[in-house]
Amino acid sequence: MPEFSVIVGPQHPALKEPESFTFWVDGDDVVRTEVRIGYAHRGIEKAAESRTYIQNIPLIERICGICNVAHTICYTQNVEYLYGREIPRRAEFIRTIIEELNRIHSHLLWIGIAGHEIGFDTLLMYVWRDREVVMDLIEDMTGNRVSTALMTIGGVTRDISPELVTKLRKGLDLLEERTKYYEKVVSRESTVLSRVKGIGILTREEAIKHCAVGPTLRASGVKSDVRAEDAYAAHDEVPFEVITSDTCDLFGRVVVRVYETIEAIRQVRYCLDHIPSGPVRIRLPNTPPRGESVSRVEAPRGEDIHYVRSDGTDRPARYKVRAPTLGNLAALVEMLTPKGDYRVRVADIPIVLAGIDPCMCCMDRTARFIEPSKDREWVWTWNQLKKYAKARR
Amino acid sequence: MAMQRELFKHIFKKPFTLRYPFKDKEKVHIPSDFRGKIAFYRDRCIGCSMCFRVCPAEVIEMTDDEKGKRPMFYLDRCTHCAQCEDVCPTKSIELTSQYESAGTDRTQMILK
Repeated sequence: MPEFSVIVGPQHPALKEPESFTFWVDGDDVVRTEVRIGYAHRGIEKAAESRTYIQNIPLIERICGICNVAHTICYTQNVEYLYGREIPRRAEFIRTIIEELNRIHSHLLWIGIAGHEIGFDTLLMYVWRDREVVMDLIEDMTGNRVSTALMTIGGVTRDISPELVTKLRKGLDLLEERTKYYEKVVSRESTVLSRVKGIGILTREEAIKHCAVGPTLRASGVKSDVRAEDAYAAHDEVPFEVITSDTCDLFGRVVVRVYETIEAIRQVRYCLDHIPSGPVRIRLPNTPPRGESVSRVEAPRGEDIHYVRSDGTDRPARYKVRAPTLGNLAALVEMLTPKGDYRVRVADIPIVLAGIDPCMCCMDRTARFIEPSKDREWVWTWNQLKKYAKARR
Repeated sequence: MAMQRELFKHIFKKPFTLRYPFKDKEKVHIPSDFRGKIAFYRDRCIGCSMCFRVCPAEVIEMTDDEKGKRPMFYLDRCTHCAQCEDVCPTKSIELTSQYESAGTDRTQMILK
């Protein structure tokens, strides 16, 4: 039987974000996969260059809704590196608390999504109900469920009160109990196991070769975590274990995320016990000195890298973001490619795709133009784009 | 079958969702420092333009009146980041806990 292509996206009812995948299938088997990115380029980096450093915080927060805390921590500490100043220790602890709460929310959300993709909607409903606990804690701490707006250059905007600490502890106890219950469900429930075991194989060598990041990399048995390797905020003090799994399949990715949630709860508890007193922010001048800096943060989806160059004005001369999904995309193509005994079935595509916890809109940074009839490819500079826009007007 | 007990336990329980906006309005969880609609106390303002400078969404426009420069807020653009509240030296901007701001008239979203 000849191969034919199934094109999914950029607009497709099953795919929530605009990205295009071409699956070459032979019967029920996927033979090879092609991915085309760049449909959701939002021009955030360019917008960041036209705003001041302080105005950029809410903008950078909107790169990704779910891992907004990771992006804002990455941005603010990047600018703090430019000043060469350290922020108060209490602020670092508050940053760690909110970051880990964000990780709990993101991982619980993913477990629900994974349940939905394999047709186990009961899991989705119950996990998302319990996720409301952490959403309420984030809301109590920052004033909003998702967009936290807690970070500022030089620290954090809000302190945590003793009443909030009591509330957080109560919520964490409930979350720990529920997460442990879901850990049992996903490791025992046969409907889950039959859909995730031996699916989406990514070996250790392939994961390293394709530069996978975050839980995808750790589920392939590689012990790599920015929090452990290049500690930022209070992670140098807060003890934690890097969770890995050597199953190299989707089951490993589920297990890593569930245990990371439990680990995150422990980290928040440690922070609440050991948080020092003192101020939560320092005031910094509006204009950082000339220079450039790179900062890394472990977002719930993996390593997030930001680069900033300052030319001595109150606006960044260049800002660059590498969101974690971009790192996992090459690995995703590898997971959807059959090798040896490993077969990829059409029915497994949604869960393998969801397995890297994709956030496509965060990742799209450049637009590459392709003219298939002339076999031509090119990238436009900012001036060329402006010229094109003017000509169209 | 691992969730069987959990499911049976919830058969006779009430739904977890609230019937907002028809019922349960008082049960909606609003935290004490909720970042809602902006309130502006004109008498406290000294016209320093700090809020205008930090606003990421161009909500604030500085207008002139007999006392000097005063901000004017286009609330329909507001992202509720609270940077204006944070930076105000006289605490004349406050983010209230009001969250129902849908309406049909855009001019009602202008705050002076």
